[in-house]
Parts: sequence; structure tokens; C-alpha cells
Amino acid sequence: MDEFLQSLIRGLGTGSIYSLLALGFVIIYKSTQVISFAQPAFMLAGAVLVSYLSPAVSFVGAVVVAAVVIAVLALGVERAVLRPMVGKPVFVVAIITIGVDVVVRVVTNAFIGLDVRQVGDPWGLNTVSFLGAEVQERYLVMIATTAVVTALLFLFFRYSRIGLAMRAVAYDQEVALAQGVSVGSVFALSWALAGGLAALAGVFVATGAGVDQQLWIVALKALPAIIIGGLESLGGAVVGGLTVGVVESLFGTYQNDFAPWLGPNFGLVAPYALMLLVLLVRPYGLFGKREVERL
Amino acid sequence: MKGRPELYTSYGQDMAFLNTRPKRAWSGGLLVIALLMPFLITDDLLQLLATGFVAAIGAIGLNIVTGYAGQVSLGHAFFLAIGAYTAAALSGPETGRVIGFGITSLPVWLLASGLVAALFGVLVAPVAVRLRGLYLAIVTLGLVFLGEHVFREWTSLTGGPGVGRPAAIPELFGVRLDQDNSVLTAAQMLYLLMFVLLVIFGVLARNLVRSRVGRAFAAVRDRDLAASVIGVDLTRYKVLAFAVSSFYAGVAGALLFVVNGFFDPGSFNLLLSVQYIAMVLIGGAGTISGAVMGALFITLLPRITRELPAVLPFISGDATGVVTVFQVEAVLYGVLIIVFLIVEPRGLFGIWVRVRNYWRTWPFSY
Repeated sequence: MDEFLQSLIRGLGTGSIYSLLALGFVIIYKSTQVISFAQPAFMLAGAVLVSYLSPAVSFVGAVVVAAVVIAVLALGVERAVLRPMVGKPVFVVAIITIGVDVVVRVVTNAFIGLDVRQVGDPWGLNTVSFLGAEVQERYLVMIATTAVVTALLFLFFRYSRIGLAMRAVAYDQEVALAQGVSVGSVFALSWALAGGLAALAGVFVATGAGVDQQLWIVALKALPAIIIGGLESLGGAVVGGLTVGVVESLFGTYQNDFAPWLGPNFGLVAPYALMLLVLLVRPYGLFGKREVERL
Repeated sequence: MKGRPELYTSYGQDMAFLNTRPKRAWSGGLLVIALLMPFLITDDLLQLLATGFVAAIGAIGLNIVTGYAGQVSLGHAFFLAIGAYTAAALSGPETGRVIGFGITSLPVWLLASGLVAALFGVLVAPVAVRLRGLYLAIVTLGLVFLGEHVFREWTSLTGGPGVGRPAAIPELFGVRLDQDNSVLTAAQMLYLLMFVLLVIFGVLARNLVRSRVGRAFAAVRDRDLAASVIGVDLTRYKVLAFAVSSFYAGVAGALLFVVNGFFDPGSFNLLLSVQYIAMVLIGGAGTISGAVMGALFITLLPRITRELPAVLPFISGDATGVVTVFQVEAVLYGVLIIVFLIVEPRGLFGIWVRVRNYWRTWPFSY
């Protein structure tokens, strides 16, 4: 039972990282209909920035500064590279974001070097007793932070003026434009939000283990998360992210006992298998919108 | 009337394989130059070009499914891997470490690896038929990750990560093409082999896409709903596109590592898929010659950047220094994708078309 609770908490912890990343993907997708493959690079850049800043301005200060800086960087990328592509096929734009990802990542790698950098977080690998099981503090912090961020995002989209504008653009760009919404600034803002979320996620990934050049691969786990949840659904992104985290963690703990033929470390690719299964049943994800087409 | 180059009196002439006189001249010229190449340039360049030709076969395959039929696939690396391992297992000798069947005849394993990959393409297609756009892209991406896992763990087939196994053994009519003999060196023979195969597969693909099937693909790409309304069987053509594309990928995968002789399961990752996408997009989506140009460009890119330190002294040639050649290579790769898609969406093929149109009406090109 303890083992189960531990791996559940671990799964929810890493799952909340995936949720943060998935929220970024979905926010960009909803406003621009593009999946941004640049998220991994922003995540990596955020973690690296924190590793440089935290000795100077404390860990929390560094996280805030990094999230803002990466948000501005993402906004700049959107303005310079993505804006000229408005109206082009979404696939082409998605490939451009791969190009952005490569460039940002190469530059960031130059700041990492070959060693592992520490982000200077106060938790490390410390454990705490939770419902009778020893769990790592950092997972609880991740879960709590993600819950707060998700709630804030919900309030932002539900009640703020800009949030309303963003929902309007997601619903119909042309109509929103006709109503006086600045669609361009909505695009920019959604990239900035996604960048900030990615930076936050990057810091969480780096807690405990540190930052190295391979960190970006973690961000790709958010892709099955958004597909499972449905590309258009913010709630789906959170659910998908948590599901992916828990599935991965439970497979890691128990798969050797009940399905050793899948090979060790199957947990790492289990989310992709789950994604295929979900799509066979529901081609638009659990909470995705079914597309209505007319000629 | 007969001598006018662009006067077509039937659809047959218009749709012909080489429908203009300049096209015939250019193709013939390029063919002669490519066949003379082995006797003009050094062996290491020949090897690079041979790899480029194989990549071109793979890129043509991706172009059929993505450029012509409009089904975005990030899973090309998976199909390349299927081809590579089928060929290696069929032709390799049985050792204690890896399985092998010792069938070294090139046509046999080449065809087999294509067919096995095509079979996997058909298995994947039902998922693809239900999905659209970016959903499909991410699902095919998932395929690459699942494949990577299987190839990492199935060590009796793949030799395991970091170790790998020898690539397929190319033997044609009793002659080992990967070993020097009294007439030609290995590099020259492999170059000629890859070139001949590229021409064969290129012509086949060109013929496919200018046929009824190719027009159906284009209809599915442009608007699948409209295509189904005018009677194109969507499921059938999507499955067909995946099968043909995977066949090409399987063939390319089987040949891809013959030049180097060795490969390990880590090679078939997301990066490889993205490279093939880049070949198609930089070359020009929806054109066969574009895919070939893009493949050669991406394959030759590392070699070109390696020459940069001689021209630009602030770039250092080894892993030390502020700006290394490896960083330049990676950045250039990303920047090229961005620049091509923003400035010239039709890729290298589009540039060629513009140059051609300029000279066609010269000196009245305004």
C-alpha cells in the first residue's frame, strides 16, 4: 500500500509537470491552431536561467524572473517568426516551431556545457511522511503549485477582460476581430503564457536531478497528454498530464511483476501506448471538440 | 506546328514523363554527369553522395504520404528502422549475439524490407484514417518512441543500444559491393548502386503520382471531404499512401547504413524523422525532384559547414572555442527550416522554377 501511495504521489508530481507543459501547448493551440514544438526549448531555457539566477536572487525570485524572461522570449519569437506565417497551413507553422526549438536549444546548451547544473531548490531529494508513506517533498510542491496555477488560469480566462478576448479568438478569429479584439496581441499573449508555464515546468523537472542537455526530452511527454485530453480543452490538458504521469509511474513500479515481457523501462513509453488506445476509441481525445466540416 | 516545344495536341503529351525538350535535355545531362561522377571525385565524397541518394529514396517516400496525400507523418524514422532491421537480419550471418538468416542477395532483402515496412504502414493506417492534421502528426511521433523502446529492448535483433549490429550485406550476382575488387572500389560500386536504385524508385514514384492514384492523393490532400464527395475512396487511398510511403522508407532504411556498415537502435529517433520532414520541406513538398534536392542538401549540409572555419576564422573547427562548427551546423539546420518556409515555401524546387522562368523568357523577364 505504501509502495502504491508513493508511486501515485510520484506520478501526480511528474504528472503536474506534464500538465503545466500541456497547458502551454493547449493555450497556443486554442488561439493559433498550431502545436508549438518550441515548448521543450523554452522549458530548458527556463531551467538553465534559474540555475544561473538562484545564487543571486534566491530560488523563488529566480523562478519568477525566469518565467517572466522566458515569457518575453516566447513573445518575441511569436512576433518575429510566427506572425509572418498567419494563415499558412498549420503543419508548416508547426515545422517552423521545430526550427525555433532547435535554434533556442543549441544556444541554451552552450550555457549548460557538459556538466549538470543545479537549480538551487530548497527540497532536493528530502522526503516527508504523507498519509503514512514516505514521499519526496518536491512532488507535493509540484502538485500544490500546479493546482494554484491551474486555478489562477481558470480565473483569468473566466473573469478577466483579456481572458474573455482569448476565449473569443479561440472560438472564431474573424468574429473576434470584427468585435474589436486585437487578435495579434492574443497570439502574443498566449505564446508568452505558454513560455512562462514551460519555464516553471522546467524548474520542477530540474529539482532533485539538475539540468543537463537531455532535459528537453521530458517536454515531449506533454504531447500524449494533450492528445489524450483533447487539443482544445484546458481541463483536458490537466487531466491528460496527470494521467500520463500516473500511468508512467505505476508502470515503472509494477510492470516488472505483471508484464516483464514488455521490457524494462516500458513505463517511459507507456503514455504513447495509452495515447494510441485512447485515440482508437475517441479520435478527438477525451474532452476534445468533434470537428464539424462543411464543403 | 510539330517543332513547337509547348504545343500539346493530346492529354497524353501534356502528362508525359518528360513533357518538354529542356526537361529531356536536363535529365539526360544530369544522368551522364552522375554516372561519370565515380571516376571524377574522391571516395569519401562518393560515400556521402551515396548516402544522399538513399536519403532521397526515403524522402520521396515521405513526400508521397505528406507532400502528395497530405497525411503528415513524423513516424518516418520508425519505418526506416523496420526496413533496416529486416534487411540486416535477413542478410546477416547468424551469430550468438544477433539473429541472421544469411540471405545476402540484394534484390531479395531489399524487396523484403520494403514489403515488411509496407505491412507496418498498412497496420498503422487505420488509426491514421480516423485522425486528421496535427493529431496524426503526434500519433506518428508516438510510433517513433514506441519503436525506439522495442528496438532498444529486443537485443537479439538489434544488438542493443550503443553496440548495434552490422548493416545488410549487399551482394549482387555473387559480387560483394561493399568490398573493393579489381575493377572498382567499394565506394564507387555503392555509389552506382544507390544511384541506379534512386533513378528506379524516382521514376516509379513519378509515374505513380501522375496517374489516377496520384490525382486521388492530391484530391485527398487539398480537401478530403470534397474528394470523398466526388467518389475518391478516402480509406483506400490513405492506406495506399501509407503503404507506398512505408515501402520506400523500408527500402531506404535497408540501404541507409550499408555505406557505413554498422548501426545501432539509437539512430532511429525523432531527430531522424524531423530530418526527413526537413528534406521534404526544404526541397519542396509535392515534387519528386524537390525531395531529391532536399535530401542531397540536408546530407551535404554537415560537410559544407565543416568547411566554414577556413572561411570564417571566428568559428572553431573542434569542440572548443566560443562558436563551434557543431553549434553552427545545428543552428543552421533550424534557421534553414524557418527561412525556407517563410521566404520560399516551395523550397529548392521553387527556386529552380523561378530561375527557369527567368531564363525562359530572357531577356524579357520582367
